[in-house]
Amino acid sequence: MRLYDIAHGRTGDKGATSNISVIAYRVEDWPLIEREVTAERVSEIFGGLPVTRYVLPRLQALNFVIEGALKGGVTRSLALDAHGKALSFAVLEMELPDSD
Amino acid sequence: MRTLRIGAGAGFGGDRIDPAVALARDGALDVLVFECLAERTIALAQLARLSEPDRGYDTRLEARLRAVLPHCARNGTRVVSNMGAANPRAAAAQAARIVADLGLSLRVAAVLGDDVLDRIGPCVLDDTGAPAAALGDRLVSANAYIGAAGIVRALEQGADVVLCGRAADPALFLGPLIHAFGWAMDDWTRLGRGTLVGHLLECGAQVTGGYFADPGRKDVPDLARVGYPLAEVTEDGNAVITKLPGTGGRVSRATCTEQLLYEIHDPARYLQPDVIADFSGVDFTEIAPDRIAVSGGAGHPRSGSFKVSVGSRDGWIGQGEMSYAGPGAVARGRLAAEIVRERLAPLGNGIEELRCDLIGVDAILPGAPTGEPREVRLRVAARCATRALAEAVADEVEGLYLCGPAGGGGATRAVREVIGIRSALMPAEEVPVSVRFAEGTA
Repeated sequence: MRLYDIAHGRTGDKGATSNISVIAYRVEDWPLIEREVTAERVSEIFGGLPVTRYVLPRLQALNFVIEGALKGGVTRSLALDAHGKALSFAVLEMELPDSD
Repeated sequence: MRTLRIGAGAGFGGDRIDPAVALARDGALDVLVFECLAERTIALAQLARLSEPDRGYDTRLEARLRAVLPHCARNGTRVVSNMGAANPRAAAAQAARIVADLGLSLRVAAVLGDDVLDRIGPCVLDDTGAPAAALGDRLVSANAYIGAAGIVRALEQGADVVLCGRAADPALFLGPLIHAFGWAMDDWTRLGRGTLVGHLLECGAQVTGGYFADPGRKDVPDLARVGYPLAEVTEDGNAVITKLPGTGGRVSRATCTEQLLYEIHDPARYLQPDVIADFSGVDFTEIAPDRIAVSGGAGHPRSGSFKVSVGSRDGWIGQGEMSYAGPGAVARGRLAAEIVRERLAPLGNGIEELRCDLIGVDAILPGAPTGEPREVRLRVAARCATRALAEAVADEVEGLYLCGPAGGGGATRAVREVIGIRSALMPAEEVPVSVRFAEGTA
């Protein structure tokens, strides 16, 4: 199962830092998401960049802050998607164990 | 209980105008806010002002105001915007001309004070650790993210149209709320809640189903006619987020949650000039279709510093693209990239950074690509010291037509100056804000 099957999200940018939300569609999937979608696993996706995770249990949502994901910042970056707008889908690709 | 109706008429400088007209006409709004500035926009506007002293404000100011002001005047709706960009005073003068031209009687005010270029020198840049003065003559702009105070003052003095430069985005909404309800500037809970309303609305359709649809999973009805959001805010700062009946899109717990976390780091500490807003206890309740009650916003005392966005000339970016398709497309695209790298190598250090991607394979997402696409597009981008070098990069991609791999097609090129944006902090007391009414409307 992919995270994409049970959650949605959006990417934001500030300078060279990207933030990616991961939000459960259904309350019953929240425990699995909270347990499996760790800062470490998100950091692996971004080649080991430092990642901080914030938890919003009331909204069944996680917020990941990834420093340096937008190399050089939006204004200097050579990347096609300089804002990293599409990066939330890199996190949603994550493979998860089938739900509890 | 008294309710203030406040709507969002734009979430970025290029945003659609029609949904704003619908809000102005049918929204029975007290205030319509247009948020049109991004990190880089203000620096680009400063460059425009340097070349023409009467420019430097939003290029779509006239189109937006002409479209909405007749409705706003009829409905008693005030307009607040950061379309002043690098030149709020010139923007206000232009707005006053438009008001007169439309035969309306509206008072137009500019909020001044965000431009701190004359005193940014000693402030330390957060990425380099060096003072801004070290940028020397490359420094082009320094704009503080000012808070709601100037907007409140303009509204108190009777402004119908308030044009700011670099005010913090949520402050465009917080200002009218402080003014309407008489909130104290140290009522951290209400300031936090007002900031929450502003944060949810400031990106326009991003809370009403725009930037949300994913077919089969997150379907959005009638996205083509997506409506812009409005909030019904009560004196305690709590609010209902909704949109006009009959418009496309949707307002749901899911759309609000995505927008709540958009461009947020620690949800318990969203740093704003007037307050540190706390979104960690926020909840959204669907009280009716497309009506979401927002609760649980909070706030903590402000830091006393303003973030300053510092713009500097930072070289040039040259880009070129070329497509390859059919069997062997990826291999031909990779060969093309190698050739361009080899041909650019003699230019040496003048090319500070070079990046080659295959769009369709590895241009967007990190990690290893999967599968073999039927067509790819080589994209070469380089940051260069001079315009001539940037042109040379674009030339070499175009040169792949006759001197590159088989079947290259659809070359495009682009060269632009880079305005790098860095951040610094400045004590709030060094950023005095003032209000100036446009001549003929005071």
